[in-house]
Amino acid sequence: MIKARVTVTLKNGVLDPQGKAIEGALGSLGFSGVGHVRQGKVFDIELESADKAKAEEDLKAMCEKLLANTVIENYTIALD
Amino acid sequence: MKSAVVQLPGLNRDRDMIAALTKISGNAPVTVWQTETVIPDDVDLIVIPGGFSYGDYLRCGAIAARMPVMQAIKEKADRGVKVLGVCNGFQILVEAGMLPGVLMRNSSLKFVCKEVKLEVVNAETDFTRAYEKGQIIRCPVAHHDGNYFVDADTLASMEDSGQIVFRYAEGTNPNGSLNDIAGVMNRSGNVLGMMPHPENLIEAAHGGNDGRGLFASALDVVAASA
Repeated sequence: MIKARVTVTLKNGVLDPQGKAIEGALGSLGFSGVGHVRQGKVFDIELESADKAKAEEDLKAMCEKLLANTVIENYTIALD
Repeated sequence: MKSAVVQLPGLNRDRDMIAALTKISGNAPVTVWQTETVIPDDVDLIVIPGGFSYGDYLRCGAIAARMPVMQAIKEKADRGVKVLGVCNGFQILVEAGMLPGVLMRNSSLKFVCKEVKLEVVNAETDFTRAYEKGQIIRCPVAHHDGNYFVDADTLASMEDSGQIVFRYAEGTNPNGSLNDIAGVMNRSGNVLGMMPHPENLIEAAHGGNDGRGLFASALDVVAASA
């Protein structure tokens, strides 16, 4: 079995009001020196196949079709 | 003229939409469930109503946009059938790639439920010909993710080709939408998505009927061409 981690993040230049709110909250909790905060998503996905090349190809298709909205989001795929 | 209303788990404005279409056209729309792959041939207007399909999981409209019924709707739209998406329906249409752009979390991070004013930017569409260009109409909004965003090149071409149909009138943008965009259509002009709810302002009992013109436009034009 292959375990994969897909990370989806907002593209540069796309406003992230949630990240901004978290940035403000960190400041009000007393954490000084916090720069920009951007919020993203992490998906841990188990794949039955043992073929890493195939897994990578499938994960890429999953990202393009569902996991990320490529109008505003980038994704990275890491295999265990 | 026949209309259809799409139903998906988690949508909750389908009844309002069915009531509006029934009152304005005199005929009840057919309802289409998410797993259906065939939409009746005599349907001229398909409406995807508002709500919270699939609990807004992953991204608003993302999962609904990949349901079998959407393929059937795409095929109909390609053949010129009119498609209207309101609120979650708009989010589903952008996720399905039938309209450009994306709807992000409101810039205030708050759910907004209030009345706004809309400017009719393009009154020469099948959905807006009952209005006049520049007319300001009242319309309710109720959403958490209505902050329209699209890349600069696409935005410029949409502005040039009249694809921006509604804007929030000055000072009433409730969500931080780029260029105050409230509703957009595809290039061929038969698919419209909008965040505000025209179906909730169609008769005196609602406190006004400014939303009626949208349905009257879509339904009248269909009747005229039939």
